[in-house]
Amino acid sequence: MTIELPLVFAVLMGIAILAYVVLDGYDLGVGMLMLAADEREQSTMVASIGPFWDANETWLVLGIGLLLVAFPSAHGIVLGALYVPVFVMLIGLMLRGVAFEFRVKAEGWHRGLWNWLFWLGSFVASLAQGLMLGHYITGFEPGFGYFLFALAVAGGLCGGYVLLGATWLILKSDGELQRKAVAWTRWGLLWIAAGIALVSIATPIASATVRNRWFDFPHTFAAMLLPLASAAVWLWLWCLTAQLKHGRRVAEWAPFAGAVAIFTLAFAGLAYSLFPYLVIDRMTIWEAAAHPTALAVVLVGALIVLPAIAGYTVFSYRVFRGKAPAKLYD
Amino acid sequence: MQEALVLARAQFGLNIAFHILFPAISIGLAWILVYFRARYERTGERTWLEPYRLWTKIFALTFAMGVVTGITMSFQFGTNWPGFMNKVGNVAGPLLGYEVLTAFFLEATFLGVMLFGMNRVPGWLHLISTVLVAVGTTLSAFWILALNSWMHTPAGHAHADGQLVAADWLQVIFNPSFPYRMTHMLLASGLTACFFLAGLSAWRLLKAPGDASALRTLRTGVVVAAVLAPTQALVGDLHGLNTLEHQPAKLAAIEALWETERGAPLVLFAVPNQLERRNDYAIEIPKAASLILGHDLDAEIKGLNEFAPDIPPVTPVFFSFRVMVGTGLLMIGVAWFGSWCLRGGALPPRWLLRTFAGFTFLGWIATLAGWMVTEIGRQPWLVTGVLRTADAVGPASGAHLGSSLTAYIITYALMLVAYLVVLTHLAGKGGAPQADAKAVAWQGSAA
Repeated sequence: MTIELPLVFAVLMGIAILAYVVLDGYDLGVGMLMLAADEREQSTMVASIGPFWDANETWLVLGIGLLLVAFPSAHGIVLGALYVPVFVMLIGLMLRGVAFEFRVKAEGWHRGLWNWLFWLGSFVASLAQGLMLGHYITGFEPGFGYFLFALAVAGGLCGGYVLLGATWLILKSDGELQRKAVAWTRWGLLWIAAGIALVSIATPIASATVRNRWFDFPHTFAAMLLPLASAAVWLWLWCLTAQLKHGRRVAEWAPFAGAVAIFTLAFAGLAYSLFPYLVIDRMTIWEAAAHPTALAVVLVGALIVLPAIAGYTVFSYRVFRGKAPAKLYD
Repeated sequence: MQEALVLARAQFGLNIAFHILFPAISIGLAWILVYFRARYERTGERTWLEPYRLWTKIFALTFAMGVVTGITMSFQFGTNWPGFMNKVGNVAGPLLGYEVLTAFFLEATFLGVMLFGMNRVPGWLHLISTVLVAVGTTLSAFWILALNSWMHTPAGHAHADGQLVAADWLQVIFNPSFPYRMTHMLLASGLTACFFLAGLSAWRLLKAPGDASALRTLRTGVVVAAVLAPTQALVGDLHGLNTLEHQPAKLAAIEALWETERGAPLVLFAVPNQLERRNDYAIEIPKAASLILGHDLDAEIKGLNEFAPDIPPVTPVFFSFRVMVGTGLLMIGVAWFGSWCLRGGALPPRWLLRTFAGFTFLGWIATLAGWMVTEIGRQPWLVTGVLRTADAVGPASGAHLGSSLTAYIITYALMLVAYLVVLTHLAGKGGAPQADAKAVAWQGSAA
């Protein structure tokens, strides 16, 4: 039996990118909500992501690392075409990464400045990631129309991150901040609904490949399961947050789990639309794959190491379970 | 195309130079933190806990700077040097992949436990977390230096369809220059961290002479540096002999030796003149280079003429080597003299504290100079004998590269200023948490 190495790596890379989007997504979302909170709440918000943000961001490095390791020729095409948004994202990630450490140690107006930079960095990084996704879906076609489309995707992704961040805060905070988080969640839900609707209408217009894929009867009926499931989760979250709003007790992890489910479904939809292309209409995963010897040596390592990573990630989330403290360093 | 190559190199050079500043501190500092944490675990003394808490914060700050600039590098492989991955991706990719898998997640996850988990996990588990962070930073250095050394002295690979594949991974990883480069870099990081620790502690002592923790960390830094600095000189010499064997062109550039010679002189100072292939204003010790490198007064040393036209730019290699060695000798002197002055545990005189404070970033100078020697010395090759730098550059336009380079310079300058401001602020406050002082005052007023 031969192992389909390129396929295995496409799946691994997909998992890494989804893990990144969900994990760094919630802390980017918390960052984007910073300006909507007061000073005390800001400290709790930062404390809620303090032990995790660094490991969260590592998934981005793994995702890009797998692209580089497993699909070296696509790596150059993708990153070359995305030169500008990648660079903007990096500046954003740098800003928020250091602002995160600096704001804790600063006092007075310095802290206000770092809070603002933390917000700005989170927002710029999220927006740039959305632009990257938008350009990627349309195969890096130039033109103003495609740019507008990418901008719409970027808006949608920001909304999604805000949703993840707000539901994370429902889990990690209580009192006034939690009440605010419930309201933010509902805003995020409306935002993401508009975003997904817009993108779902625009994508088949922007890309012929996606259009054919979506309207290929009878496969369309199977593919329709994804948006239907998303809509169901969305409704469930809407009702759940309505209950929270009226002070009824519900499981506090449920909204976050719902937000993760929406992301996972959207991601599955994206994978369905693109497969087997790595660069749409140009390069399949088999065409882009690295030499089997290189893939095999990484796969062996990944199979040994990934369970260990999963293990100590769970350990870390267990150590820091429960409500976030009011201060990061006690 | 030429413009894009220059800009791409400038951008990557800026990035790697800025990035290396932070791992240079954090690899060594991580092990110093293990020492503090272990001492606290055994003794339970506040004078070990206080420095641990203070220096974990400084570590976190430094680590964050390293992480964000490192992510930038991982993307610039693709944006600036797609030819690198196309040609040697099958060798370089897995090494980078293993770095992420074995090192990044480990250090990032346990850093969270180390920074915020002291009251949430048992002491021994917290100590282990601290150790794992140190292991992670060192593992990270292991993989990066394996790749970097392989680029200098490639081994264990084969050619297949215009690309390189690994034939023997052990030979790829443990390539001829790897053991020397790895040891040299780890010692460099240890020294950088020691002078950093000693410098900021001295600065604290100038403001608060009674701070027992700061005196302790000052002594730790100076004494460890006194051991590491001469060791580094020895390892550096071995590394040089390794370079002579495997990268003679780089060595000829270091020595500014234009023609192959028997009884080559050691050039102490000169202004290399690459156009006319000679040294201006040279001060030399006759036959010393042959003696040091060949262990014989009349040993033959290959000159740059043997390798033309593939020779590196001589002037920057020549000067940065001398800066590195000079800084290294200064470190030996300062660390030994300081250890002698600090014996007995008395508070050192203020001029000595000022000296250490002034040398806080001495390690940065030596490390940067060392990297310039080794990286510029490899030119015009990206991978020696396999891939030229000019053949790896990407299609990004000069305009894109130019504007992003400007933005990087501005961002890095701001980050560096912010880093130094927060650093002096933290170091000035010392290890005793401010909250404690307030709590004491509050309890006092209540009573």
